Amino acid sequence: MSFQPILTAGLDPATGDATWHLDDYVKRGGYAALKKIFAENITPEAVIAEVKKSSLRGRGGAGFPSGLKWSFMPKAYAGAKYLCCNSDEGEPGTFKDRDLLRYNPHQVIEGMAIAAYAMGTERGYNYIHGEVWELYDRFEQALAEARAAGYIGQNILGSNFSFELFAHHGYGAYICGEETALLDSIEGKKGQPRYKPPFPASFGLYGKPTTINNTETFAAVPWIINNGGDKYLELGKPNNGGSKLFSVSGHVVRPGNYEVPMGLPFAELLKMAGGIRGGRRLKACIPGGSSAPVLPAEIVMECTMDYDSIAKAGSMLGSGAVIVMDESTCMVRALERLSYFYFEESCGQCTPCREGTGWLYRVVHRIEHGQGRPDDLDLLNSVTDNIMGRTICALGDAASLPVRSFIKHFAAEFEYHIEHKKCLVPPEVQKEGSKIYVRPSC
Amino acid sequence: MLSDDAFKKIDREIAKYPADQKQSAVMAALAIAQDENGYLAQETIAAVADYLGMAPMAAFEVASFYNMYDLAPLGRYKLTVCTNLPCALSGGVDAAEYLKQKLGIAFNETTPDGLFTLKQGECLGACGDAPVLLMNNKRMCSFMTTEAIDQLLTELRADLRGQAT
Repeated sequence: MSFQPILTAGLDPATGDATWHLDDYVKRGGYAALKKIFAENITPEAVIAEVKKSSLRGRGGAGFPSGLKWSFMPKAYAGAKYLCCNSDEGEPGTFKDRDLLRYNPHQVIEGMAIAAYAMGTERGYNYIHGEVWELYDRFEQALAEARAAGYIGQNILGSNFSFELFAHHGYGAYICGEETALLDSIEGKKGQPRYKPPFPASFGLYGKPTTINNTETFAAVPWIINNGGDKYLELGKPNNGGSKLFSVSGHVVRPGNYEVPMGLPFAELLKMAGGIRGGRRLKACIPGGSSAPVLPAEIVMECTMDYDSIAKAGSMLGSGAVIVMDESTCMVRALERLSYFYFEESCGQCTPCREGTGWLYRVVHRIEHGQGRPDDLDLLNSVTDNIMGRTICALGDAASLPVRSFIKHFAAEFEYHIEHKKCLVPPEVQKEGSKIYVRPSC
Repeated sequence: MLSDDAFKKIDREIAKYPADQKQSAVMAALAIAQDENGYLAQETIAAVADYLGMAPMAAFEVASFYNMYDLAPLGRYKLTVCTNLPCALSGGVDAAEYLKQKLGIAFNETTPDGLFTLKQGECLGACGDAPVLLMNNKRMCSFMTTEAIDQLLTELRADLRGQAT
C-alpha cells in the first residue's frame, strides 16, 4: 500500500497560503477528532491510552513517548495546569513546524485542544519562533477563527470543557527551544533552562503542572483520534509510530519538507529531494538537526529514517532536519560555522558551556584558518569531555556532539588542515558547491 | 515616549496571561515599542517595565538577551542574513557578500544614508528556502538570489520615496 501523508494531507505549497483558514481545514476533515471526543463521550484516559498505543514520540528532537508524557500530569490537581506548544523552531536545518503553522495552523490548535482535554488543562500557549513573524500573526488569526466557532474557549462544542489558547512569540534566542527555557521566556524572563527535576509536569509554567510538546507532535494527534493509535503505529515501525516530516536542506536539488513513513530508507528520502546537485557525490549528512552527530555517506546510506536506526548508526533523528553535504564541502569549515552558532547561542548560565563553546569555536576557527596546532584535535575532544554532562541543559552536549563526530569521521581532513595550513577540498570546488542556489523552476 | 496605540497593543498582550503575570507580556511589549521607535532606548525599556509593574533591570535583561531587540539606533531597514550551515550550503554566505558589496558596508554597519543595516543572522527556521534574510524582524525573504536581492533593495528604496512625497 502506498503511503498517504497525514500531517500534510490535502496541502499544496503552491496554494497553501490561501487555504489555511478554518473553513478550508474543516473541508479537509478538520476538527472531526475534537467533535468525535464529545459525540462519543471518549474519556481523557481513553485519549491518553490511544496516544500511547500510537507510539507517537516527541517530534521536537528528544523523541520521548508523548502518551507517557501526558500521563505524568497530575489528575487531581486543584489549581491551574498549562499546556505549551514548542514552535520555537531554530535548530539549524529544521523548518517543518514553519510549514505546519503556515499551511495548517488549525491542525495544531485541534491537537492542542485534544491534549488539553486529555490532561484537564484549561489554558495553553503556543510559543512561536520570533523570526517567523508572519506565522505568529497567522496563528493569532486562526485562534480568533477557532474561538468564534467554539473549538476553543468556554464550553467547547457545548461540553463542560473549556480551554483558552494564546500565541506567544520568541525574539531571537535558540535556547528557548529548550522546554524549561521556553517556560521562563513565557514568564517574561531571560530564557535560561531550569534544573530538572522538578520536571514541568509537577513544576512548570508559573510553577504549575505543565506539558510541553512540539508543533508536529500536536499536529499528529487529530489523526490518531480519528483513525486509532494502532493504525498510526502501523504507518511506521514498532516503537517508531506514524509518519514524520523531514526537512531536507543543503546540497539537494529540491530542498524542502517531505512527509514520509517512519523507517523509510535514507536513500529514498534523498531521491525524493531530487538527489545531490550537479552530479556530485554525497559526502556526509547530519540526520537530525545541527546538534546531531554527522554521519559519513557510507553509513547514512545504510540507515532508515527512524529513531532506532539512526541511533544505532551513532547519531540522532532529533528534529528530523536532514542537512546534506556533498563532496564540495570542507568539513572543517562546516564545523566552524556550527561551532560559532553554539558559541553565539549559549545562554551563559553554566560555565562549561559558556566558556567551552567559545573554546570550541576558536580552536576550529584557527584550524580552518591555517593556524591549527598538532594537539588541537585532542584539545577539542578534551573540551567536549569537560562540557558534556556538566551543564543544566542539552545545549552543551549539542555543541559537543558535532565536534566529536566531525573529528571522528573526518579526522584526515582536520589533520590535513593542521599540517598543510589549507583545505583538502580545493577552494574553487568549495566555491562552486556553496554558491547561491537557484532551484529548477519545476 | 510610546503612543496610546502602542499601549493599547500592549494591553491586548497583557490580556493573554493570568492577571498576576503581567510580566509575561514583556517580550511582546518590547517588540511593540521597538516597532514604534526603531530601537529600544533605556527610557523606553524603563517605560515598558513601569507599565508592566516590573523592575527596569528585569526588562533590560530581556531586551539584551534576545537578539532581535536593538538597543541602539540603526538603519531604517535591518537586513539579517542567515549564514548558518544549511543556508551556507545553498549560498547564504555569498548572498551576504553580495549585499555587503551592493551596500558598501560590513556586518553590523549602516549605510551612510541611514537606510540599511546589515546583520549576520543565526537560523531563521527557513533553511529550505535558502538563501534567506529577514527584513526588520518581521518579513521573511526567501530564495534570495542576486536578482531577488536587487529587487528587494529597489522596492525598499521606492517605498521610502513613496513615503516622502
